[in-house]
Amino acid sequence: MKGNEEVSTENGKPARSGFHPVDGLRDWWARAPHWQRYGVYLALIIGALILPAPAIGSVMSPDSDWTTVLIFPVGVYILLAIGLNIVVGHAGMLDLGFVAFFAIGAYTLAVMGTQYGWSFWGCLVLGIFLAAMSGVILGAPTLRLRGDYLAIVTLGFGEIVRITATNTDSIGGARGITNIPHPDPMFGTEFLLDPAPYYYLILAAIVVAIVFSVRLHRSRVGRAWAAIREDEDAAELMGVPTFKFKLLAFAIGAMLGGMAGVVYASKAVFIEPNNFPFILSATILAAVVLGGAGNLPGVILGAFLVAWLPERFRFLSEYRILIFGGVLVLMMALRPEGLLPSRQRKAELHEGTGGMGAMGAEVAGPDSEASSEVTK
Amino acid sequence: MLQDLQAQFLGSTIGGLVAGSIYALIALGYTMVYGVLRLINFAHSEIFMIGTVTSLFILITIAGGTAPITLGVFGMIAVLLLIIIASAAVSGGAAVLLEQVAYRPLRKKGATRLAALISAIGASLFLQELFGLEIIEWITDKSGRVQQNAPRFIPHDPLFHIGNGVVRTDHVFVVVGAVIMMVVLDQLVSRTRIGRGIRATAQDPEAAVLMGVSIDKIVRLTFLLGGAMAGVAAALYVMEYENTDYRIGFLLGIKAFTAAVLGGIGNLRGALLGGIVLGLVENWSSIFFGSAWKDVTAFVVLVLVLMFRPTGILGESLQRARA
Repeated sequence: MKGNEEVSTENGKPARSGFHPVDGLRDWWARAPHWQRYGVYLALIIGALILPAPAIGSVMSPDSDWTTVLIFPVGVYILLAIGLNIVVGHAGMLDLGFVAFFAIGAYTLAVMGTQYGWSFWGCLVLGIFLAAMSGVILGAPTLRLRGDYLAIVTLGFGEIVRITATNTDSIGGARGITNIPHPDPMFGTEFLLDPAPYYYLILAAIVVAIVFSVRLHRSRVGRAWAAIREDEDAAELMGVPTFKFKLLAFAIGAMLGGMAGVVYASKAVFIEPNNFPFILSATILAAVVLGGAGNLPGVILGAFLVAWLPERFRFLSEYRILIFGGVLVLMMALRPEGLLPSRQRKAELHEGTGGMGAMGAEVAGPDSEASSEVTK
Repeated sequence: MLQDLQAQFLGSTIGGLVAGSIYALIALGYTMVYGVLRLINFAHSEIFMIGTVTSLFILITIAGGTAPITLGVFGMIAVLLLIIIASAAVSGGAAVLLEQVAYRPLRKKGATRLAALISAIGASLFLQELFGLEIIEWITDKSGRVQQNAPRFIPHDPLFHIGNGVVRTDHVFVVVGAVIMMVVLDQLVSRTRIGRGIRATAQDPEAAVLMGVSIDKIVRLTFLLGGAMAGVAAALYVMEYENTDYRIGFLLGIKAFTAAVLGGIGNLRGALLGGIVLGLVENWSSIFFGSAWKDVTAFVVLVLVLMFRPTGILGESLQRARA
């Protein structure tokens, strides 16, 4: 995540034309030999390791504890955004209820940890498994639906999970669950009140998620997702089992959401159903699209900004969300493809049919870049 | 259980029809915008909220507070018409403004619908906070973060009984008002020149342009009509439930969108049917499971309907509405 701050600041003002400010950097990256690439990875990891330093914190977050901010919301948002990016950015499906999987992960640790004495690691595995299962159970009947129906069904699922948690007294009901166990000591470090160990825990989770996501993206699975995103019918005709791969994307996204939930709950100690509102799903989706859906550095940058800006501008207190809403509208008007769009997606946009398609009543004209997608 | 059902069935049915009428009116806005732009207008729920605040403002001004007022029959109808017209005007205007600010620039750039959805979510947050922080407080002198009560101006007295179900005066006003607006809109879309333009744009925007339809004008008009319907729904809501707050639009908006999808999105009559079905199912289900599970059953029904009939009960057809 450190690296992406650098990327964004190095390049100054965003250009509004077709030329993208990071093009030079991207060309260099595409041509860079292995040793240079690994050097950059190393620099990024070192940057991430020293990120909680108080000196950085005093600039980045003068009003609240920087390390805590880095864990929640920053770290958790990045993890969730990486997961949602697989569903939205890679496979091109719209999920408005992603918070449900986050809640399932968090509740797994809370329930198993407090009522059955399970350890953090056992709960992590179970939480990821349960989130994936719920992704499959939700996805199996609904993934055959067209995009917009999927959006409303997933939104409904998010609300169902929250309301069920509120109404079920055996998992705490509206009062929530307290005294969630911390992870066991590792490498001689105790997980207690000091936030630093949790930061490294979540950093490790983010690195695992990034590697996982990148490897998937470059595999046969990733190519199948791209084909589905571009034209589902054509993909099906070419022999891509679209339903299977959509379900896979849904389940993998859910797994990452569940992982984020378990890690979050271990730090939070206390969770209640209201920790998992719809607005969190919307915020994560905003992070993905704001950063540039499909492009991992962009998504991480988006999640970082969406999590960090409201914390940084805490002195605006009540007006933060108002401004956040206004900024979203403004950003989408200025850069609808996101801050760091993937080149592939951008090319698709110019062809007029991206994964989500253009709006209906859009007719190609001298001032519109996309040709219209004629409604079938 | 069976006794509960017997005792409460007719009462729940009446409650369901009333709630369903309001869902249906809000659903019209979603369905029309979707039909023309293929866009989930996420900020539509805030358009509804703005309508409720407009009604609240007028009622508080007339009543000089939140205490109930007594009016004659003509007085009641006059006040009801006043809040309906004012809310429809303000909501319609707000919807047009929303389109201008949040959607038009994206449309001109050929942005994806995903970007438009994020813009809509941003606009929704902005409007909620604007009203929660400033405008509601300015109107009522109470913190905008708490629920606001509206004065009663139509007595909630029993009018007649159907079996053991009680029909109140306000119930009749809501259902009759909603049905009238539905018929007016349906006729407008299926019979007038403007309606023909809307249907043409929904069917094939390129061909519509070639036939001399101004897309921008049609889109603006669609938002105006949808917003006005949400305003009518808002006035009826304030009359019936006598409260509002800055987040009122969220759950009602989701329900209304569910209703639109249930009936077949893009289909005006589908919105009516979807709204009524949703209202009834919700109220009937709370006899069995208690009202805490009402929202869950609404979504479960949605999933079930979509599994067996993926385009909704009546199918998608703003395009195919009678010529």
